[in-house]
Amino acid sequence: MNAPQTALPEPLAHLFGEPLRELPHDLYIPPDALRVLLESFEGPLDLLLYLIRRQNLDILDIPMAAVTAQYMQYVEAMQTSRLELAAEYLLMAAMLIEIKSRLLLPKPAQTQEDGHDPRAELVRRLLEYEQMKLAAFELDQLPQAGRDFAWAAVVFEKEAMLNLPEVDPGDLKAAWLTILSRAKNKRHHTVRADELSVREQMSHILKALAGGRYVDFVDLFDHARGVPMLVVTFTALLELVKEKMIAVTQEAAGLPIYARLAGLGDEE
Amino acid sequence: MTRRKQTLDLRIVETALLVADAPLPLSELKRLFAEEISTDSLTALLAQIQVDWAGRGVELVKLASGWRFRARPEMQPYLDRLSPEKPPRYSRAVMETLAIIAYRQPVTRGEIEEIRGVTVASPIVQTLRERGWVEVVGHKEVPGRPELLATTRQFLDDLGLANLRELPPLAELGNLVVTEPEQQTARIE
Repeated sequence: MNAPQTALPEPLAHLFGEPLRELPHDLYIPPDALRVLLESFEGPLDLLLYLIRRQNLDILDIPMAAVTAQYMQYVEAMQTSRLELAAEYLLMAAMLIEIKSRLLLPKPAQTQEDGHDPRAELVRRLLEYEQMKLAAFELDQLPQAGRDFAWAAVVFEKEAMLNLPEVDPGDLKAAWLTILSRAKNKRHHTVRADELSVREQMSHILKALAGGRYVDFVDLFDHARGVPMLVVTFTALLELVKEKMIAVTQEAAGLPIYARLAGLGDEE
Repeated sequence: MTRRKQTLDLRIVETALLVADAPLPLSELKRLFAEEISTDSLTALLAQIQVDWAGRGVELVKLASGWRFRARPEMQPYLDRLSPEKPPRYSRAVMETLAIIAYRQPVTRGEIEEIRGVTVASPIVQTLRERGWVEVVGHKEVPGRPELLATTRQFLDDLGLANLRELPPLAELGNLVVTEPEQQTARIE
């Protein structure tokens, strides 16, 4: 894809093999070579530059007749094969012919401003284009990321690291205590369900009175186990009294109430 | 700064640069430290890291967007053997368009066409925009309000440049006029 004139050993240069100092008076272009050449031109300026540079012409003093004739040969060939390109090339052809004709005409003394060369604008454009063309080449020589060098980066799963919360022993302890307290609550609930059994509480009271002991009525109640437990205990006591399994006695109002197993006291 | 402190600071900056997947600017690097660190100290640390890595296959480079580690270009031929598909080179049309945008920015498409003498096909500009190298920075206040194109920081980063002044210097127009074959050959190569 390099321009034909940028690399001297390119076969195309041999195809046109004249020594550089010798201006070709006629130009023969083999049709196949032309097709290859056309592919490699970036436009009319590029082609023109090629014609001038290849023949080592002075860009400031372009021989318009020769260059225009050569240029036209390319354009004619181009029109048969690459029609879509032709417009820009034709525009340049028109400009070349215009410059050529202006050079041929005798200068009208009154209007021509101090010998202004009609080629000047063309030269300016050619040079500006050539400058950018060389710059593009230089730019392409710079090492390019992904093509000529790779970025270095240690693989570091930043996302995963950020998504994982920090955990320290304190957190673990707190979590364990939470579990414990929750378990306590649960146990409390399940135990209460059992205690709510009046029958079970009746057995419990009987065991407490086993052996015929007198037990203070108040001591039969376990305050630590909550109001429902007190209610169940009271109900159990009433049930035991009703079934005459225990006796509850009080000597006088205001004195302690005692409970004992029913049978023993009666027999005494 | 004690020697131990400096060794630690070096290690911190180096690690941050190694794990980063984009260039880190000085402002970002300063955030690594709880206490204020001066730009001079930070620059000195970076210079020291460059020295430390001299002679390795990886080097620390200063780019337009910040500092970043990269594999030395000399390593590329070997690395390429691991991935058989080599990225293609851009065509001359793309490179010329890029050069004009880089050296003449901001420019309109019309101005690029004027210099190149041909229509700039949309895919050319599109290629450069998709690569993240070229962006629209405004509109020229002329009829049609054409887009003004300029190169991006990523363009400089990807070419290993810190700023536009580091672009290869343009050939002097005066030199272009010289037509002696020797000089012409030398300039072209």
